[in-house]
Amino acid sequence: MEKTTHLQVLEAEAVYVIREVAAQFQNPVLLFSGGKDSIVLTYLAYKAFYPAKIPFPLLHIDTGHNFPETIEYRDNLVKKLGATLIVGSVQEAIDKGMVTEEKGYNASRNLLQTAVLLDALEKNKFDAAMGGARRDEEKARAKERFFSHRDEFGQWDPKNQRPELWNIFNGKKHMGEHFRVFPISNWTEMDVWQYILQENIEMPSIYFSHRRKVFKRDGMYLAAAPFMKLKPDEKVEELTVRCRTIGDVSCTGMVLSEAHNLQDIIDEIAATRVTERGGRADDKRSESAMEDRKREGYF
Amino acid sequence: MNHIKEKQMSNNNGYLDMELLRFTTAGSVDDGKSTLIGRLLNDSKSIFEDQLEAIKTASQKRGNEFVNLALLTDGLKAEREQGITIDVAYRYFATPKRKFIIADTPGHIQYTRNMVTGASTADAALILIDSRNGVLEQTHRHTIIASLLGIPHIVVCVNKMDMVDFSQEVFDKICTDFNKMKDFLKLKDVHFIPISALKGDNVVNSSENMPWYKGPTLMNLLETLPVSHQQIDCAARYPVQYVIRPISAEFPDYRGFAGRIASGSFHVGQEIMVQPSGLCSKIKHIHFGKQDMQEAHSPLSVSMELEDEIDISRGDMIVPKDQPAQVGNEVDMMMCWMNQKPLQVGGKYCLLHPHLETRCIVKEVNYLLDVNTFEKKDSAEVVLNSIASVKIKTMKPMVYDKYEDNRITGSLVLVDEATNETVAAGMIL
Repeated sequence: MEKTTHLQVLEAEAVYVIREVAAQFQNPVLLFSGGKDSIVLTYLAYKAFYPAKIPFPLLHIDTGHNFPETIEYRDNLVKKLGATLIVGSVQEAIDKGMVTEEKGYNASRNLLQTAVLLDALEKNKFDAAMGGARRDEEKARAKERFFSHRDEFGQWDPKNQRPELWNIFNGKKHMGEHFRVFPISNWTEMDVWQYILQENIEMPSIYFSHRRKVFKRDGMYLAAAPFMKLKPDEKVEELTVRCRTIGDVSCTGMVLSEAHNLQDIIDEIAATRVTERGGRADDKRSESAMEDRKREGYF
Repeated sequence: MNHIKEKQMSNNNGYLDMELLRFTTAGSVDDGKSTLIGRLLNDSKSIFEDQLEAIKTASQKRGNEFVNLALLTDGLKAEREQGITIDVAYRYFATPKRKFIIADTPGHIQYTRNMVTGASTADAALILIDSRNGVLEQTHRHTIIASLLGIPHIVVCVNKMDMVDFSQEVFDKICTDFNKMKDFLKLKDVHFIPISALKGDNVVNSSENMPWYKGPTLMNLLETLPVSHQQIDCAARYPVQYVIRPISAEFPDYRGFAGRIASGSFHVGQEIMVQPSGLCSKIKHIHFGKQDMQEAHSPLSVSMELEDEIDISRGDMIVPKDQPAQVGNEVDMMMCWMNQKPLQVGGKYCLLHPHLETRCIVKEVNYLLDVNTFEKKDSAEVVLNSIASVKIKTMKPMVYDKYEDNRITGSLVLVDEATNETVAAGMIL
């Protein structure tokens, strides 16, 4: 018998978790950010239920500061898969006074996403939200469960997590509570790219190297955009770059790169010595920045 | 170790062919567990510069004299503050041959439930012994748990060999002591390696200090242990997880039974039985996504169509006609209790068995197992971290195998009906 590869095992595990969500919950949703992890997750969901359509909608929390390429990619994908898309808008929440925009040079709408996300989950009565978070991304995520219980405030209590044994997932909950579910928990950045290559999944163009106007801050390149305030000593220059992760423009670091195709990206990752979240300004705020945000209900 | 990167860069298709091995590490901080994991990650180049930078800064802030590698594995704020590991953390690293998932669990008795959790999905268990102390009570505990959870391979790492002058005599004595336990615990595959996690001896590179040791290094062993979690050699089992019905113009009559093959393999044309109903049919079609398959084996997730229209739903199990599983509603099992609130004998719990949800009553406690000595004790209370043999009765019949024959169809969990917490892990006897 042929040996089973690690990608086959990871794929089978993720599909198993996605199907488990569809079976155990009344009203699940898949959180789509436009990043590679949520793209792979959407693709896995498509495979899991084929020839039926994905039996739950995709939810995108749009900060209003997205790369246009992300939005274009999202709309095409939804059309191609025949999926349902729901958009939660941070701009709308700001306009309504639900949240207040951060000020200053490092202002980001990243934190505001949490309030909009929790609001969208509540309004649509979603009882399980699947995301593409991976345990290898960050130390607080290393202890996250596949099925992660949230109280009625959407909060995570890392010290009181349910034990998760074998392949048995306990999604039982009280009214008003919900679950976050992470089907690709056990994947690494390398696994994700290898899988994209193996399955030949189309990706947004900004993952590949391109010429872009950028400026340098705290050792990272950020994309120049009308809403990005420059400090007096910061200069915009045009360079050949690509994104290693995609969040909104304000916190997505670009790396100098000549990776023009998937194989190039994989070679680049194999040689690189900095984690992908090393390019995320939002994680650099404090040693436990991610855990603090997760407790509040961030993904 | 740069050759790993080079190989990946020059031959990425090699990477696509890697296997996956899951292992668990049990041991306390004093055994050098964090140092060992740190070394495996470091020597396989799995620690990145920004992570190293972050823990360097954190170590300095804390006033640590050296870079504290434990900060890498201790993920939660509370743990970093108290300097202990209180939960299972998952770590990843890869060599050109394999991808590894480590379930890193704390080893103190009050964390038995975490050890059980980490062990439940492991192919191998690394058991650390401090060469200066030899086989201790905690070694017994870690080994008993590994044996209860049916972990196929045990790797005994006799650590801190540098502190005993790399003495073969010390190593041999520890092996002899450990082997006394091997027989009555029915351990199948045990390996012994003398190492120094701190100095790196026999972890990735062979030790020059111990020429008397002719076996593989820890990394060699991890790269070559058979991956047996997939249960390919067990009787075929296919628990039905979800029924796919597109009800579309293109697929008007499609009715697919989706699931992950728990063990063995199935092929198109095979005669099967659906349990518990006992109805029989043949496999008409196996596919995953748009890909048709003639045959599929564990642990793949697939979808199956059958020749006959028979009633099947989530919680049923498809098995070969001539190799049925057991069906019944009274079973004995070994159980690890995982909740602050003790087990209520006569109490009702929600029972989760692959895709089946039902209620059960705990009829009686047969005995309690002392995880330090392996002695059976008459039942006292079953409390947090107790391991006990109990008898339960379920409302709906279960389709199951003994845990020793099948780690998926032989396992179950109990859930408290009031709090919805997972309170026990059960292994059917």
